Amino acid sequence: MGNNGKIPYLKKMGAKIRANIIEMIPPGKVGHLGGSSSIADVLSVLYFDHMKGIDPANLKNPDRDRLVFSKGHAVLAQYAALVELGFFPREELAKVKTLGSVLQGHPDIDKTPGIEAVTGSLGQGLSICNGMAMALRLDNSPARVYCVCGDGELAEGQIWEAMMTSVNYSLDNLCVIVDYNKVQATGPTGDVFPINDIAGRFRIFGWNVIEIDGHDYASIINALDKAESVKGVPTAIIASTIKGKGFPFAEGNAAFHNAALNEEQYEECKRIVNKMLEEDCNE
Amino acid sequence: MNKESLRKAYGESLVKLGKEDKRVVALEADLGKSTMSIMFGNEFPERYFQMGIAEQDMVSTAAGLALTGKRPFLSTFAVFATGRPYDQIMSSVAIPNLPVVICGSSAGLSDFGDGKTHQSIDDIALMRVLPNMTVLSPVDAVETRKMMDEAIKCNGPVYIRINRNDLPVLTDPDAEYHIGKMDRLRDGKDAVIFATGVMVSKSLEAAENLEKQGISCRVVNVSTIKPLDAEALKANIQGMKAVVTAEEHNKYCGLGSAIAEALSEERIPIGMVAVDDKFGTSAKNYDELLDAYGLTFTAIEAKIRHIFGA
Repeated sequence: MGNNGKIPYLKKMGAKIRANIIEMIPPGKVGHLGGSSSIADVLSVLYFDHMKGIDPANLKNPDRDRLVFSKGHAVLAQYAALVELGFFPREELAKVKTLGSVLQGHPDIDKTPGIEAVTGSLGQGLSICNGMAMALRLDNSPARVYCVCGDGELAEGQIWEAMMTSVNYSLDNLCVIVDYNKVQATGPTGDVFPINDIAGRFRIFGWNVIEIDGHDYASIINALDKAESVKGVPTAIIASTIKGKGFPFAEGNAAFHNAALNEEQYEECKRIVNKMLEEDCNE
Repeated sequence: MNKESLRKAYGESLVKLGKEDKRVVALEADLGKSTMSIMFGNEFPERYFQMGIAEQDMVSTAAGLALTGKRPFLSTFAVFATGRPYDQIMSSVAIPNLPVVICGSSAGLSDFGDGKTHQSIDDIALMRVLPNMTVLSPVDAVETRKMMDEAIKCNGPVYIRINRNDLPVLTDPDAEYHIGKMDRLRDGKDAVIFATGVMVSKSLEAAENLEKQGISCRVVNVSTIKPLDAEALKANIQGMKAVVTAEEHNKYCGLGSAIAEALSEERIPIGMVAVDDKFGTSAKNYDELLDAYGLTFTAIEAKIRHIFGA
């Protein structure tokens, strides 16, 4: 199947990720809608096309590709994808963030099959991924490591320490995707704590950098393909996205970084995702 | 008394473990010559990761290595191995309960010349309060080697506190060793001294002097501070009139606190010899600094005599 041939399927899975995110935040339940839906399309391509060895029946496959959500607060998006892959039963979605749930508020390797690292305290995921990439190289494993960071998260100093390590150890089995959604908890990142020219900053640290529209499936697929073919340096994909993508009232709106929907908003979201699913099925 | 380097024992043990187990990797932050992890680097360059002066990145990188089947040992000075990357130890390592060994070298006041920014008076406290963490404080080079052999068998994080200076060899190379056990080095019938690290030899000296004054002291080397062997602790205080603790650490939240917590329901006075809630300072040699901070055999003697009203 060529790239264009698989796009309808991947768009459908992107719609399913968004539908599952909404399912996890019924009215009154707080959740990170904004940062989960901004990364949904990238996640669809990673989990349903690009990553190898992702198998709930073989969780410890040493040669599986790894995905670490350094922006751990957007884990709803990851749960939304993992449930489609059969890592846990669909009933668990309703129990997210409740006592004893398999689905914790932030990624937890003890609780959730398919989660590869504990994150939540921001800025640590890239270092963890470096360690994974180093270990895989020692073992001559073909597996690749993917790290999803937020743009607001780049204010954490440890990220920049890790960026130097990735280059110093020539970790070309590592790919960072920055979910460049331009909004953080307090407001627009440009107002809160501007980090301009993210691509340029990665470049000057020695990374291979690809800038894309993080909602354009062909671009996402091409960028991940390219990242895999570049040798000697790690690749950063700066994916320009829209916070809350797909849900107009939440798009670019910091109020939905981590919020509860009211009945009306929830119903609207359900209508939207149902329409997305129908449209994609008809393509 | 024969003195030996704990740092050298650490470096040699790393090499030994590296030979025995291909999963062993080591990380360091530009202090490998001092911590002696460089010995591992010379032997296994491909498994030795120079992380630059970036301890936070080093800790989380070790977590990634552990998550991918490796057995990482990371070393730097105790201050930079604990407080500096504290959140990384908690979030990347302790919460997921990963088998990462953190070596806090030049611990306590043992880096006497470098002063307060390089002396750790809180490392036991910081590590002890983390769930899943094992906290070790070897008394000599012999025990350091045995600890390293055991630490690699732990399935969770381990902190090892290593003194910079050569210390008297007090333990028997042939004696059995287990993490979590405490070791009675001298028996007595009136008071018991629970000590760790450099303070163990000073406790033995104090016990010898007190014997002449008619107070018979038991001395116990507590080299596993967490998990504390509560059963052995209680057995060791049976029939005793006083407990004294001795450590090269702040009086808050270290060995003394751990023992007081464990004995909180017992009717026995507990005296503590420790750093009196102040940061370190520079000194021309180690003994001068320990004297200035009241970490001496005379301080231990005085504490016991005070409890006995002698």
